[in-house]
Amino acid sequence: MPRTEQMIAQGLTLVDAINEALYQEMERDSRVVCLGEDVGLNGGVFRVTEGLQKVFGLERVIDTPLSESGIMGSAIGLAMAGMRPIPEIQFEGFLGPAYDQLVNHAARYRTRSRGAVTVPMVVRVPVGGGIHAPELHSDSPEAIYAHTPGLKVLMPSTPYDAKGMLLSAIRDPDPVVFFEPKRVYRSYRQEVPEGDYTIPIGQAKVVAEGRDLTLVTWGASVHQCNDALDTLPEDVSVELIDLRTIAPLDVDTIIQSVEKTGRCVIVHEAPKTAGFGAEIATTIQEYCFLHLKAPVQRVAGFDTIMPYYKLEQEYLPDAKRVSEAVMQCLAY
Amino acid sequence: MPLKTAYQAKVEYLQIMDENGVVDEKLAKDAMGDQDILELYQYMIKCRVLDETAFKLQRSKRMGTYPQNKGQEAAAIGAGFSLKRGTDFLVPCYRENAALWMHGLPMHYIFLHWMGDERGNQIPKGVCQLPLCIPIGTQMLHATGIAWAFKMRKEPRVAMTFFGDGATSEGDFHEAMNFASAFQIPCIFFCQNNQWAISVPREQQMNSATVAQKALAYDMPCIQVDGNDLLAVHKASRDFVERARSGGGPAFIEAVTYRLADHTTADDARRYRDSDEVEAWVGKDPIIRLRKYLTAKNLWNDAKQAALDEAAKQNATEVVRAAEGIERPAIADIFDYTYAELPRELALQKQTMRTSSLGQRPEQAGLSAPGVSANHE
Repeated sequence: MPRTEQMIAQGLTLVDAINEALYQEMERDSRVVCLGEDVGLNGGVFRVTEGLQKVFGLERVIDTPLSESGIMGSAIGLAMAGMRPIPEIQFEGFLGPAYDQLVNHAARYRTRSRGAVTVPMVVRVPVGGGIHAPELHSDSPEAIYAHTPGLKVLMPSTPYDAKGMLLSAIRDPDPVVFFEPKRVYRSYRQEVPEGDYTIPIGQAKVVAEGRDLTLVTWGASVHQCNDALDTLPEDVSVELIDLRTIAPLDVDTIIQSVEKTGRCVIVHEAPKTAGFGAEIATTIQEYCFLHLKAPVQRVAGFDTIMPYYKLEQEYLPDAKRVSEAVMQCLAY
Repeated sequence: MPLKTAYQAKVEYLQIMDENGVVDEKLAKDAMGDQDILELYQYMIKCRVLDETAFKLQRSKRMGTYPQNKGQEAAAIGAGFSLKRGTDFLVPCYRENAALWMHGLPMHYIFLHWMGDERGNQIPKGVCQLPLCIPIGTQMLHATGIAWAFKMRKEPRVAMTFFGDGATSEGDFHEAMNFASAFQIPCIFFCQNNQWAISVPREQQMNSATVAQKALAYDMPCIQVDGNDLLAVHKASRDFVERARSGGGPAFIEAVTYRLADHTTADDARRYRDSDEVEAWVGKDPIIRLRKYLTAKNLWNDAKQAALDEAAKQNATEVVRAAEGIERPAIADIFDYTYAELPRELALQKQTMRTSSLGQRPEQAGLSAPGVSANHE
C-alpha cells in the first residue's frame, strides 16, 4: 500500500515491506492473486495484506474457507492455469493439513510432467516462536521443506531483504515457500527503497565481516546473533552470515568464510537433530575439512516439542547461548 | 413455534438406454445423435482392446502395474464428449483413458506412464488436461483452481475432474467441493462410482444412499446416472458443462458403473468379491448394450464389427510399438526438471552422478576426476 507518513519518516517494518512488495507486484502483474484465511477485509491476522482487497478487489485478494489443503490445492490449480497465486497459510503449524498438496503435488509437478505443467506460486507462511502465541503457532519447520526437491525455501530477516526476496519469489517459475519470521514482523523499522528491486534467490548475505569465526543463521535468529556479537570481547572478530535462502543453499558464501575463519557456529530455532544446521555442518566438513580448527557447533532449539509460551524464551537460542558457543568454539 | 423445513432436496437418477440397448424415446430426444453414438462406440472398442493389451503387457513383464478401465468406458467417454477439445480442461484420476485420448493425448502416453516413464505425463501443448493422478482425491482441488483461473479471467471455459467413489471419503474432495461452491467455480465433479475402492465396497465406504447427495451439502446441483449408459452420461454432463460455462457454477455427477477388472494388475479381486456380482455386471457392459442398439437400428452388423475389431487390434499394435520404440529416457531428465534452473548442488550431482563430496571433487583426495557419465549408460 502507499507509504504512510510514519513509514516515510521512520522506515518500514517487515510487515510493511512485504505488504509493499505485494501491492507493487499486484499492480504490475494482473496474474498475481492473494488468497488465504482472513487475508481480505481483515488484512490477515498479522495485517500483512492490509488494504490490498480495497485496492484490488474481492477477486484478487480472496478470503477463502478455513481449509489449508483447499487453499494450497486450488492455488496449485491457479498456478497451473497461468495465474501467479500467493496463498497464505496463517501459521506454520497449519502447513500440516496442506503438506500433501505442497510436497506431493506443487513440488513434483514440473518433474512428473517433464516440464509440461508447472506451479509458479509463493506460499507465504509466518514462522517461528517468540511472540507468546498459542500451541502450533511457534514452530520452525523449514528443514522439512528444504528436504523436498522441487521447492525453494526462503526466510528473510530484514524489511529490505523481505521486499526484494518476495519480488524475486513471485517472479520465480517454481513453487517457493516464503517463511516470514513473525518475531521480527514489527520489531524495528528500516529504510527500504520505494522502487522495484530484487534479491536473487540462493544468495546469502554477509551481515558483518570477521576473521576468527563464522556464525551462520537465518530468520529471527539473525537478530539474536547480532545481539550476541555486541557482548563478545573487543578482540574477537566474528563473520555473521544471514542465509536468507535455505534451499537452494548458498554454499560459496559459507565456504569462503569458513576457509578464512576455520571455525563455525550455526544457529537456528528449529530442533537440532536433522535441522538445517546439520546440512550446513556437513557441507562445511565436505568443503573445508583441512581448514577447520574446531568442530562445527550448532546452537539450536532443543529436540523437544516447542513449549507453550511461558518457557519459549528458554527454548529459543538467545544471545547468551550464542556467545557462549562462540567463545567455546574459539577456545577449542 | 412449529418446526419448519429448513432444506429439502432430492437426487434424480437418469437412464436413457437400458442394458438391452432399448432407449427411452422421450428422454433420448435431445440426447446424442446416432452418428455420434456410432463414432463413440468405435472409440470404446479401441479403448477396450488397448486396455486388454496393457493387461497382457503387464503379465508378460513389458509394463508395470496397470489399472484396467474395463467396463467404465461409457462413463469416461460420455463425459469427455461433453467438453470442448482444446478449450475445456480434463483433470483425471486414472480410469478415464478414453476421455484423455479423445481430447488429444497421444495414446501411447498412457502406456508410457505405466511403463515407468514420465514422458507419458508430458502433455503436448494445446492439449488441455493434467496427467494421471495416482494419489486419491487430490486432483479435484487442482481442477477447482484451474476452473477458478478461467472464471477470474472471464474465459468461457470449464474444468471437469474425475474420481472414484472412494475418493469422496477424502478431505480434499470436500475442500474442493466447498471451494467450487463458495466461489461458484465452473468445475464439474464427475464421480465414477465403480462400487469398489480396491477391496472396500461402496456400502462400507459410506453410509450415504447415493454418492451424489454429498453435493447437496454444498448446494451444488447433482444427478445420479447409469454410468454404463453412454446417452445418460453424456446428457447429464453436457447440461452441467453448458450450465457452468454460462456462469451457473459447479455441478456433480455420479455415474453408477462397475470395475469389471481387478483394481490394478497387482490386485486379485477374487479375494474379496463374488463372481456372481461380477457376472451380473458383465451383463450391463456399456459396449454390449450399444452394439445391441446400433444393430437394432441397422447401423451395425457382424461384418462391421469384425472390421472394427481388426482395426482396433492394428491400433493397439501401433500404440505398443510407439510406447516400446521410444528411446530410453536420459538420466539428465531427473535433474533437469526439478526446477526451471539447476541449483549448484544439483548441477554437481548431475555432472558427476555422485552425491559423495570426494566423488564430486576427487581432487580433494589427490585423485583425478572420473569420466563424466561413464557408468550410467
